Amino acid sequence: MTNTLHRYGRAESFYDDYIVFAIPCKGKNDEDAVEKLKIFLGICAKHQPINLGNSSFGSYRPSSDLGPAVHWKRSLAGDERSVIDGINRTATAAAVFDSRDKAEACLRDLVEADLGLSVNVSTSVEGAKRVAADCGIQRHSVEYSLGFDDQHDHLPDKRVLGLSTMCGHGMVSANLAKKMIDMVYEGRRTPEQAAVVLARFCPCGAYNPVRARRLLDTGSGSSG
Amino acid sequence: MQIDPKKCVACANCVPVCPMNAISIDATVNRAVIDYDGCVECGTCFRGMSQEHLNPTLVRAVRRLAKLFRFRFEPEPDVCPTASFVMEELSWPRIVRRVFSDPLVEHSSTGIHGRGTEEVKTNDVSDRIAVGEVGYVIEFGRPGVGVRFHEIQTMTMALADIGVTFEANNPITHLMSDEGRGIIKQDLFDEKILSAIVEIKTAIEEVPQILEIVAAVSRRIDTVVALGVSTRCDENGNDELLVPLLRDLGHSVERAKTNMGLGRITNAPVVEGAR
Repeated sequence: MTNTLHRYGRAESFYDDYIVFAIPCKGKNDEDAVEKLKIFLGICAKHQPINLGNSSFGSYRPSSDLGPAVHWKRSLAGDERSVIDGINRTATAAAVFDSRDKAEACLRDLVEADLGLSVNVSTSVEGAKRVAADCGIQRHSVEYSLGFDDQHDHLPDKRVLGLSTMCGHGMVSANLAKKMIDMVYEGRRTPEQAAVVLARFCPCGAYNPVRARRLLDTGSGSSG
Repeated sequence: MQIDPKKCVACANCVPVCPMNAISIDATVNRAVIDYDGCVECGTCFRGMSQEHLNPTLVRAVRRLAKLFRFRFEPEPDVCPTASFVMEELSWPRIVRRVFSDPLVEHSSTGIHGRGTEEVKTNDVSDRIAVGEVGYVIEFGRPGVGVRFHEIQTMTMALADIGVTFEANNPITHLMSDEGRGIIKQDLFDEKILSAIVEIKTAIEEVPQILEIVAAVSRRIDTVVALGVSTRCDENGNDELLVPLLRDLGHSVERAKTNMGLGRITNAPVVEGAR
């Protein structure tokens, strides 16, 4: 799940990007983990997450049997229930929140539930520190992103990076992000429609469609 | 990955979808084609695009008519109208592309999906990184550039030269023929993957040297390198060692994954002789 570590942007641009995820440790607490992961996501679902993921699919995902009418009428809603029900193996489960208050409320319930799984929060360093402090818990370990070292100018501009790096496994291509920026700019798609298109490509459900919509709407990229 | 030419209608929706820019339209045959060497078998086109199952002949006729009148049809951008992609069976060494590039494929060495291990995400249970130690997650190829194994080896050999130990469960470590020298199996050298992670651990005093080596090697290899560094907090939940050091070294630390310390061992103890 390093896939949430290297999101492009300054710390202040993560004010609407809090990922809470649970991960079982192999051989240590992975017995009954499937049931515990379902409880974990069930708790997260009570706090208005904007995406859920079970390492196989997220709230937004592609469909294999669309009809032609989809080009004129397509649902933009996520499907959280199937993500929870769809957990069938020991893996990482994640919930994305668009505010610190929601992530914090979720974490309080997780402390109360005492599932025994490792719970991590991926966001700005200070954001996670405040969540821990306000929940009365002490951080155990931290992994810091030192960002990308692009010595050969391979990477696209920051607007594209802000959108594409929200799927850390690299399933949201820079070209698709650029296409969505252009489609919004030309009035061919709304920011919300374009954000959901991008979110569907992230199979872990860690993509943040609210931040994506903001970046597409303002056109200010990661600095927004 | 393959595209069935009998089904493809050259709508080009898949072209920007490919993270490696390996799909294009061949105007001579009016079909989408895949650059086989550039494709990393990540499955984004096959799995990420929604599918219709329209009749290809009908779609081509409609497209020709629209083209004749200069009509612009505005389809959903993430749909393959004729479900043209075919995921093929792969053999060694090409199968390594899929294992490292498709996050839904499980690594046999780690038992988890993705390119790395549990890192410090389960440190509250595993005790992998102690206070005063630093874990490094050196990632190649992401976002959207890709990497070949010979480029990864340039880094692993440089790190092996100063005597680091590679994380035993990391998938890259499993592909080394000589772990002590950081040498990767030669038949993989030219295989391209979406991204890979090398994991090591050192004492905190060695951070400047490791970061210097990573930066120097990054200049020599034709890809992008992303670095994550981790440590365990003290008994008060603070990190008074690593962050100040990173800032002293000129790094801007904006984002992190924070283990909140809620994990514990819950598995039943293994009874001696029960196996």
